[in-house]
Amino acid sequence: MTKAILLDEKDNVATCTSAAKKGDTIKILGGGEISCVEDIPIWHKVALCPIVKGEKIFKYGEIIGEASVDIAKGGWVSHENIFSVPRDYDNELI
Amino acid sequence: MNFWGYKRADGRAGIRNHVLILPTCACGSETARIVASQIRGAVNIIFNTGCSDVAANTAMSQKILTGFACNPNVFGVVIIGLGCETVPHAKLREKIKSMTNKPVVSFGIQEEGGTLKTIEKAVRAARNLAASASLQQKELCDISELLLGIECGGSDATSGIASNPAVGELSDKLIDLGASTLMSESIEWIGGEHVLAKRAATPEIHNQIIKICADYEKHLLAAGQDCRAGQPTPGNKFGGLSTIDEKSLGCIRKGGTRPIVEVLKQAERPTKRGAIVMDTAGYDISSVTSMVAAGCNAIIFTTGRGTPTGNAIVPVLKVTANAQTFSWLEDNIDVDLSGIIEGTLTITESGDLLLKEIYDVCNGKLTKAEAYGFSDIAVDHVCRFV
Repeated sequence: MTKAILLDEKDNVATCTSAAKKGDTIKILGGGEISCVEDIPIWHKVALCPIVKGEKIFKYGEIIGEASVDIAKGGWVSHENIFSVPRDYDNELI
Repeated sequence: MNFWGYKRADGRAGIRNHVLILPTCACGSETARIVASQIRGAVNIIFNTGCSDVAANTAMSQKILTGFACNPNVFGVVIIGLGCETVPHAKLREKIKSMTNKPVVSFGIQEEGGTLKTIEKAVRAARNLAASASLQQKELCDISELLLGIECGGSDATSGIASNPAVGELSDKLIDLGASTLMSESIEWIGGEHVLAKRAATPEIHNQIIKICADYEKHLLAAGQDCRAGQPTPGNKFGGLSTIDEKSLGCIRKGGTRPIVEVLKQAERPTKRGAIVMDTAGYDISSVTSMVAAGCNAIIFTTGRGTPTGNAIVPVLKVTANAQTFSWLEDNIDVDLSGIIEGTLTITESGDLLLKEIYDVCNGKLTKAEAYGFSDIAVDHVCRFV
């Protein structure tokens, strides 16, 4: 069975450790299973819940980007559908 | 914990005892290569700059050349100059002599009457240095003399999930033993800089880390480049890394968890011991070049997609947690950490495994890139040639 690694409980994506085919059940290491709705290459991310356009993507418990389109639960999350949000450095200074 | 190394007069310890054939500029590089090829125990670098540079680029190339010469893995230096470069061989030689008391000699191709006459003299000088180097006995050195450079290149999603945390564990273990580690590639802190800055030992260091990222973005914007357009690289994206933030959050894990005690400018020598970071490019060859100039005795290098890279002066130990990459590029990668992904190897066990590997490298074990004699170098530039 295809597996995917969940790194933090806040995350809405998990990383597939083998290629997944549409219709596959992916076992999430870190909890549960998910049905894959499109082909996902090895080491790429699967959405663990429906993600709407503008929603933040979490991995490592941190924001890795923002969805540029709606992404279905079990869909492929990649550089094609998420983008990096500019930093607010001034507010990070202490 | 001790290793068998070469004690230097400045108090540092080398894990190799190279005679370095060092060109002052691109025009000396081929002669330096031929000289090194004649002498067992000599290494050379190919230098692509040193001439027709703006002052800031010259300052960087001088930091690299003097840093390489002063690196504790180097016994002595033979400098090969041309004669019309920005910093001629005698000036570079005197600068190096003011920084270290290791033997340094130099020759200029225009002065000597061409490459063959230069080669004759330089080979003889290098032979004498190699003979002296061969007499130096290894001594027991405390692990606190180790400055390990931590690098990643050709990253994929396995890097941040497995090999980088394993190297982070190694870094923590080394620091607890009294050694120092150096993590660079500041562009690959962007998006994770707020997490990295939490490790700062002081508020000043916290703000230095944030400011380096802000300044890096501004520098690239001034050249018309959005850092998010170049990072992640096409290979990173193919390997499952979608944004610079995702790449950075994985990258910074290789630095471990111990407090960051110093932030260095590029190619600067540390003044403190412990976990140290340096402002360098994300370009792995350039970052390693700067860490070697800063005095690292060894480099550990994580990769997802695989790379053959090596450095002339410092052994580069390459590790991957991508099983397919290891089996496909086994001739280039030293350590297989794919058990972390498969669930057969814990991060703690990986840290122990890497500590043993680094200990062996310190004691003289050749890494694969070292055995092949690889000597990649890239000097960071801020401006076009003039």
